[in-house]
Amino acid sequence: MKILVVEDDHDTATYLTKGLSESGYIVDCAGDGREGLFLASSGGYDAMVLDRMLPGMDGLSMLGALRAAEIRIPALILSALGSVDDRVKGLRAGGDDYLVKPFAFSELLARLEALLRRGAGPATATKLRVADLELDLLTRSVRRAGKAIEVLPREFRLLEYLMRNAGHVVTRTMLLEHVWDYHFDPQTNVIDVHISRLRQKIDKSFDHALLHTVRGAGYCLRAPE
Amino acid sequence: MPIGVFRSARRLIGTHAFRLAALYFLVFAASVLGVLLFVYLTSADFVERQTEATLDAEITGLAEQYAQRGLSGLIQIVAARSAGDRGDAMIYLVTDPDGKPFAGNIAAWPPGVPLHSAWLSFTLERVVNGRPELHPARGRLFIIPGGYRLLVGRDVSDGAAFRGQVRATLLWAGLVALGIGVIGGTVMSRNLLRRVEQVNRTSERVMAGNLSDRVPLRGTSDEFDQLALNLNRMLDQIERLMTAMREVTDDVAHDLRTPLSRLRTRLERALVPPSEAGAAAGSAQNEAIRAAIEEADRLLATFNALLRIAELESGARRDNTEPLDLAEVARSAGELYEPVAEEKGFTLNVLAEPGVRIRGDRHLLSQALANLLDNAVKYAGGGELELRVFTESGQAVLEVADRGPGIPEADRQNVLDRFVRLEPSRTTPGNGLGLSLVRAIVQRHDGSVTLDDNTPGLRVRLKFARLPT
Repeated sequence: MKILVVEDDHDTATYLTKGLSESGYIVDCAGDGREGLFLASSGGYDAMVLDRMLPGMDGLSMLGALRAAEIRIPALILSALGSVDDRVKGLRAGGDDYLVKPFAFSELLARLEALLRRGAGPATATKLRVADLELDLLTRSVRRAGKAIEVLPREFRLLEYLMRNAGHVVTRTMLLEHVWDYHFDPQTNVIDVHISRLRQKIDKSFDHALLHTVRGAGYCLRAPE
Repeated sequence: MPIGVFRSARRLIGTHAFRLAALYFLVFAASVLGVLLFVYLTSADFVERQTEATLDAEITGLAEQYAQRGLSGLIQIVAARSAGDRGDAMIYLVTDPDGKPFAGNIAAWPPGVPLHSAWLSFTLERVVNGRPELHPARGRLFIIPGGYRLLVGRDVSDGAAFRGQVRATLLWAGLVALGIGVIGGTVMSRNLLRRVEQVNRTSERVMAGNLSDRVPLRGTSDEFDQLALNLNRMLDQIERLMTAMREVTDDVAHDLRTPLSRLRTRLERALVPPSEAGAAAGSAQNEAIRAAIEEADRLLATFNALLRIAELESGARRDNTEPLDLAEVARSAGELYEPVAEEKGFTLNVLAEPGVRIRGDRHLLSQALANLLDNAVKYAGGGELELRVFTESGQAVLEVADRGPGIPEADRQNVLDRFVRLEPSRTTPGNGLGLSLVRAIVQRHDGSVTLDDNTPGLRVRLKFARLPT
């Protein structure tokens, strides 16, 4: 998997390159918008991480030019501007996700991987399965080891999101955005309690836990090894 | 219906346009009435004086005749003057001491007329076109030595008719003038106030965030143009300052957050990856770094909150509002907080009246509500926690009410300010910006925040203009 990083701040660029390489990606780096546009249009990237404020050509203009040329590389926008407004502007310009600086690398990685998966997974599946946990999108029912589990509508959506990203880390912010459509971080750890309730339902009376907490990052739903 | 009329009348009276028009009309009406009254009085007076002068001259003439030619001469002249209708409406009569007429053009001494006063007013029965009519008359009496009396009078019905004519004319002239006064007053005040209204509308648009709007000029260089010019200059300056501030804010966001971000990144890199180290991942050093990262996150959160408040208050945001149902906003936030509230010993109830709609930004309102719920969960300690949506005197109300210690009345306004926290020791985590952000969001929606006693507890109400259902 090849990732393009367009970032003018040297430290951040190095950090991203190093972190992504360690996670198994091939990384190219561009220091300004023009170079980024050139590299991105030459093709071959699976995703790109794009700073919004860049010298020469800003990130959104660059993205606009790419999209106008029908180049659809998934783009994660990085920006110090964090209001919903800025986010909407970024997504309208053709961004696929938006991350406000400063960010935890784990958050960036989780989001980038979610972007990379987006194109790959079977979007039309009616059933999701992780180990013996099964979620039926048509009947909106959940079963584990053949046993029906009662979940509330919101818990269903939470579980659906976790299962769609099974095996990968999902951050609290990602959950707030995708399950609740809230684009801010509450001060209280509201998500943790939702997760522990869900865990009560899907993990408690079974031998192997599926829903894991990843310290300093978020949660991960995965089959036991 | 009558209440509605009454209300709109009161609103009309309340406008400056109406008062100005009314004042203009009053002054105009008073001066027109003054002029007309003067014209009427002088013209009426003129007719009367003319009658009196005629009568005086006639009496004097006849008295001279009497002096020269004696009674018989006088009678002759009177008879001569009475003969035929001369069209001047003069009345003559000579009587003996018993009141028996000798000569003249009326048959008898008019009834009810005293025999001794100098000036007389009386009514005279006259036959005009075969019908008897009562005519007003003025007259003078001349006592001839020997008890004879001479009455010289004049039928003043023509004068009265003239006066009536003048009155009618003046009345019509007055009505027309008053009509013109009403129209003139309305037009004048409309013209004046249209320009005031222009200034008003411009300032409203500017306050709504459209900083580049300006008051239109007419090029007449009158006081209003001068006012508009000054206001526009002021707006130019405000716009310059706001733009500068926004740039500074963005620069601060970029320039300060980037190094903070780097600091956080370096700390994160310094953490020993769990894959490499097994036991070392949980070492004391790692824990210290984690704590430092958390501290950096808190600092950054405070920083972000400050920037958001500044951004909201500067009015620079684009309008992302849409009509939305407050009940949905409340239910969604309630659902997010219900588990954490329950865990901390609260019973969270959402009581939402359906169909309470306002124009707003869902993300911002959700954040405001989340901040209020955060506060309640953090400080109220437990018990009932109510989230209500209802309508009160036409306004949409979003209320969060807890049963905690509440906030003393003296502090209720202060807590909305930045960095104000009621705990002197500041042991509970928080940056003192939650309620400031709530206030900035509510003000952004032209709403209001009130904090009240929930006896016991705190009751926070956010009020907004309700959309018609």
